[in-house]
Amino acid sequence: MLRVAVVLASAIFLAFIVVPLGSLYAHLSPDRFVALVTSPPALAALRLSFLTTLASLALTLLLGTPLAYVLARGRFPGRTLADAAVDLPIVVPPAVAGLALLFVFGTHGWAAPALDALHVRLAFTTAAVVLAQLFVGAPFYIRAARTGFGSVERVYEDAAATLGSGPLRTFALVTVPLALPALAGGAVLAWARALGEFGATIMFAGNLPGVTQTMPIAVYLGLSSGDLDLSGALAVVLVTVALIIVVAARVFEKRAV
Amino acid sequence: MIELAIRKRLRSFELQATVAFDRGVTVLTGPSGVGKTTLLRTIAGLVRPDAGRVTLDGRVLDDGRAHVPAHRRDVAYVFQEYALFPHLTVLDNVAFGLAARGVGGGQRYAIARTWLERLGIAALAAARPRALSGGERQRVALARALAWTPRALLLDEPFAALDPTTRARVRGEVRETLSTLDVPVVLVTHDAHDTAAFAGAPTVHIDRGRVSS
Repeated sequence: MLRVAVVLASAIFLAFIVVPLGSLYAHLSPDRFVALVTSPPALAALRLSFLTTLASLALTLLLGTPLAYVLARGRFPGRTLADAAVDLPIVVPPAVAGLALLFVFGTHGWAAPALDALHVRLAFTTAAVVLAQLFVGAPFYIRAARTGFGSVERVYEDAAATLGSGPLRTFALVTVPLALPALAGGAVLAWARALGEFGATIMFAGNLPGVTQTMPIAVYLGLSSGDLDLSGALAVVLVTVALIIVVAARVFEKRAV
Repeated sequence: MIELAIRKRLRSFELQATVAFDRGVTVLTGPSGVGKTTLLRTIAGLVRPDAGRVTLDGRVLDDGRAHVPAHRRDVAYVFQEYALFPHLTVLDNVAFGLAARGVGGGQRYAIARTWLERLGIAALAAARPRALSGGERQRVALARALAWTPRALLLDEPFAALDPTTRARVRGEVRETLSTLDVPVVLVTHDAHDTAAFAGAPTVHIDRGRVSS
């Protein structure tokens, strides 16, 4: 009896996830999907999403890797606080994150005098899209990288040092390769979060076609303008990417063990 | 010659050591947890003494202010569990120290292969450490430590990770290899069989942080 209840509850919940996502694929005929996905507005959104997530991933790796290493290995006052701060963007509502970015980088934000002096405008530009993605996505990478670096036994770094390898060389040739499965898994998750970014982007970057209108924003605008087919086509692309990522993450997880 | 006169606060006692290790093998003995490994790590530069002086052939490595980092000391270290890089082949493990010193690919691998042959493990060049037996790992660790001609060699319980039957054989091999070296070699052990195997070598005893020759 209990067994039946458990199986039933599991089946219901799985269906709750799979059926709606599957319905996206059923919404459009293959011909119609191809026509929509290759239409100029869809292509503009695809291109923008691809380029901005590539840029935010590069920044995530560049800025997140040293921080993750310091959090894993460093002993300094406030380490626990820094650790918690990194996790905040995962929990903070994305719209709030967008508002916070506006308060600092917006036209009248704290950084406005400095940005004006450099003749740089960030809010409602493609750069703002990248910053919003970095803000919400990077913590996923940093968390994974922190765990990955933490699991590299120090004796390998010590061994490299006694063999004459300086800290940077040891990091590149020993620490990073040994933590690679975790780093790659974290990078994939961060990129996926950036690709799906909506709330912070629309607050901080807006929805200018070709400039700040990424795929998730185009999906939303399709709904409000009544063009559900374009939304559906882009949604299929996003869900397919998500599927690939979930499978890839499993593969990395297996290799990390 | 390695000369030490150092103090280092450990968890439950203070390690105080004034000791010199001449060329050739010196056996450093004492029960577990008395500071043997800390002494080795201090010579290697992996641990910084609280006070005192460490020199190698007259070169100051530590003197309270100056601290030469491990990677600039040219002091080789064979770790207890060997610490072979699991993501590199045996050949790349052995060539690692040469690569760190900027020795080019061709020459680097030629030297590394010579060492593999010398220790009878040339057939393992392409293998990963995971696939090796304990005795084979030991030899790779030794080849990796010696391939770049260090100025001193430190071995921390080099036979402890081996099963008893391999241990006796490997002891003989290692003793033979070490006898060819013209640099200070410090071998740490708490095993009486190891001490017996190196019976001709000078012995330094250490207990609760105190050193005696």
